[in-house]
Amino acid sequence: MFRRLPEPGTAPVPVVPVTVDGHPFLALAGDSVAAVLLMSGRLACRSAPVSGAPRGPFCLIGACFDCLVTIDGQPNRQACLVPVAPAMRIETGKGAR
Amino acid sequence: MNASYDVAVVGAGPAGLAAATVAARHALTTILFDEQAAPGGQMHRGLTASPPGRRAMLGNDYTRGDALIDACRQSGTTCVYDAAVWATRKGDDGSYDVGVAHGGSGARSVRFVKARALIIATGALERPFPIPGWTLPGVMTAGAAQVLLKSSGIVGEGRVVLAGSGPLLWLLASQYLDAGVTPAAMLDTTPRGRRWRVLPEAWGFLRSPYFGTGVALLRRVRRHVRQFANVTALAASGPARLESLQFDAGGTTHALPADLLLLHQGVVPDINLGSALGCAYEWNAAQACFQPIVDVWGGSTLPGVFFAGDGAGIAGAEAAEARGQLAALAVANALGRIDASARDGAAEKPRAALRRALRGRRLLDALYRPADAYRIPRGDTIVCRCEEVTARQIAGAVKDGACGPNQVKAFLRCGMGPCQGRMCGLTVTELVAQARNVSPSEAGYFRLRWPVRPITLGELASVGGSPEAERAVVRGPVR
Repeated sequence: MFRRLPEPGTAPVPVVPVTVDGHPFLALAGDSVAAVLLMSGRLACRSAPVSGAPRGPFCLIGACFDCLVTIDGQPNRQACLVPVAPAMRIETGKGAR
Repeated sequence: MNASYDVAVVGAGPAGLAAATVAARHALTTILFDEQAAPGGQMHRGLTASPPGRRAMLGNDYTRGDALIDACRQSGTTCVYDAAVWATRKGDDGSYDVGVAHGGSGARSVRFVKARALIIATGALERPFPIPGWTLPGVMTAGAAQVLLKSSGIVGEGRVVLAGSGPLLWLLASQYLDAGVTPAAMLDTTPRGRRWRVLPEAWGFLRSPYFGTGVALLRRVRRHVRQFANVTALAASGPARLESLQFDAGGTTHALPADLLLLHQGVVPDINLGSALGCAYEWNAAQACFQPIVDVWGGSTLPGVFFAGDGAGIAGAEAAEARGQLAALAVANALGRIDASARDGAAEKPRAALRRALRGRRLLDALYRPADAYRIPRGDTIVCRCEEVTARQIAGAVKDGACGPNQVKAFLRCGMGPCQGRMCGLTVTELVAQARNVSPSEAGYFRLRWPVRPITLGELASVGGSPEAERAVVRGPVR
């Protein structure tokens, strides 16, 4: 669904190992958690509280709150506003807010 | 971070950076807050860490933010990033208390900072685009695609479809072509016949800075991307994620398989902070949105509170920079640093820049005003994404006696979710106005209250509270 552009001539960006729902994933420094979700093939990251329908990142500017996930055990974080950090644990799929 | 400043600026986009720079240069102690980890706003997002190739690809409109960011850094402004301004309130002494939650992952400190004057430069949001299926994973905004491109060099893959109207949609298409991505289709929802109706505004546009680049950009995108014009009845479908699009164009109903749909129909001011503070807003009929009532300096209806940038009314990045400078000059005058004639003299340059930037604006407003059907949905289309409230339910609530958005909220929880009406507010206003046959101005908007950005109860309890107060509401260990 998404891919990273090759950026030749650029100094290598540090790789940041994280886990998404327990699966290891290599992010790049500077990525938001929302970018990690999308690059790992997860268009959906939670279920809507009323119908249970799947939802995923929508606006990426902190306005829509559709990218809420659990980060390092803290629920309801806006994935688009949080930069990745080494060993970060990202968990999707929670419906509650 | 000190306990008090002369000026607090909220938002580090072009307006906020320019405002802080001018304020600090007038020997005002200035603090600048932004929720992002780096300056630039959405316009210059990710600029400070952008590799050379990406900078070249995104061009001058993007990299001109370097100068703004450098000037602000050198001005003596205290720049605080990762800082969410969740409240502002007027203190007893006439100054303002700014509630800030500062810091990264999970360990934020929450405090109030005092400021004698406030410049709100919180920018714009993308206008809601409520169509059937807009909540499906795989449907995002064009702005979201720009954020991914600017901050991480990430682009959509597979069948990418752009839909809507407005300059940003064309810009994104062009940026995707530069990045080697050819969108599968572009669905233009600009209503038929609009081009003829906007002719009276064309003279201003021909003299505007947008004209030359705009025409070339349109031609290039039209040549490379499959186009559908006058698109009506757009809907996205797929049970668990986007699979296809349906729409009417050229007298036929089309079905198009798609992996990613990027929606856009213009931007509108982000009004949550100023409205919660108590500044008065008015309906802008040409742009179909609310904007703060401001004077020629950006001064609001509250003393000492100024607006700059798209949050003061949509006008684009160059206008934002000029309006940031003007607001700061007015603050410098109000706080006694310069007299009125010095203020007016210094304002000549930004005023000229503002006039230049606003040329052609009326044509863009008239040409790209979204069609009624895409602003005022019907039937089972979800309006409030958080609480999953439909257009039909809202019309029903009005029939049952809800006379404005606040009553609709009480009836249906519409606008009560975590986004605090950012994704539905304007739609609800226009739905109520239509159902009651009154103006959007009379229908009004949600009563907004702080916290305008989310903070936890534990964070709230930590503001000047005792450890016991904090322990009473915090799950797990208290810091």
